[in-house]
Amino acid sequence: MAHKVGVVVFPGSNCDRDAFNAFGTVLNQRVEYLWHKDTSLDGADIIVLPGGFSYGDYLRSGAIARFSPIMNEVIRFAEQGGLVMGICNGFQILVESGLLPGALLRNSSLKFMCRQVYLRTETSATPFTSGLQVGDVLKVPIAHGDGNYYADESTLNRLQDNDQIVFRYSTSDGEITPESNPNGSIMNIAGIVNAKKNVLGMMPHPERASEKILGSASGLMVLKSVIENLN
Amino acid sequence: MLKAIVKVTLKEKILDPQGKAIEHSLHNLGFLSLGGVRTGKNIEISIDENDLSTVEELIKSACAKLLANQVTEDYEYQIFDDAGSTLSRFTSRHGVGSVSGHAG
Repeated sequence: MAHKVGVVVFPGSNCDRDAFNAFGTVLNQRVEYLWHKDTSLDGADIIVLPGGFSYGDYLRSGAIARFSPIMNEVIRFAEQGGLVMGICNGFQILVESGLLPGALLRNSSLKFMCRQVYLRTETSATPFTSGLQVGDVLKVPIAHGDGNYYADESTLNRLQDNDQIVFRYSTSDGEITPESNPNGSIMNIAGIVNAKKNVLGMMPHPERASEKILGSASGLMVLKSVIENLN
Repeated sequence: MLKAIVKVTLKEKILDPQGKAIEHSLHNLGFLSLGGVRTGKNIEISIDENDLSTVEELIKSACAKLLANQVTEDYEYQIFDDAGSTLSRFTSRHGVGSVSGHAG
């Protein structure tokens, strides 16, 4: 049975269609766009906050989108255990909303980074990575200027102790090196989940690595895992 | 009508790559004695209220909720009257909630 995937569209979202394609066309799910001013999730089984530049990244990336009317519903849905996935700008919105800890700072290079990166899977004990194994390496694109993950020491300890670090930037062999870190993220962190593990935020774009013709299909396993866990 | 100027900066322990880039450029131009460059945001706000303590609460709440991300940023503000005299100033730098001093 197809599940209903709600893709939230903010003014300035630009990966909403990539999410639609990956979940709808590639994985045959029912996808619905949810306008940021909506106040209902319309019965969606999973919520995707897509990449882009909501509100032009004014003030801070995600800071204004976080107060869009639909976010009250997204926060309620997440608190009730619903699966929420924030990709790139979606990750920025999730940290601004407090659903995920830490913050995303300007890339340490000050450059907008737009290229393929490799991610090492750090845990398979989440609904987003249950189809992967620890150490699996994904080839997935990034496209961001503010992807430098920061958290204070006590938060980092909590993330590690509770197995909340999901992906780290690595070499193609899965080695975590300073050179493979594209943005200065602390501990090469590319994606994390909340303590309950039903909310994922990641800067790289698995939905844009969902078909061979796009250069890589290895991001698809993340989306497939989500769907499997809804079954 | 009172006016506030809010300044938002990255916390001291957080690297400010923009500040670093500006500092490098200054050094390249020969300003070798200049250092410790940090950038920030300046936000001007008019407040349709005259009671100073109400205005202070409003601005503090706006900073905490939206204007600054308290995971990574400090904020400070000054409140002015129509004549431009400073009525109040505050910084979150030494722990949120400490008033650094009142002037005017």
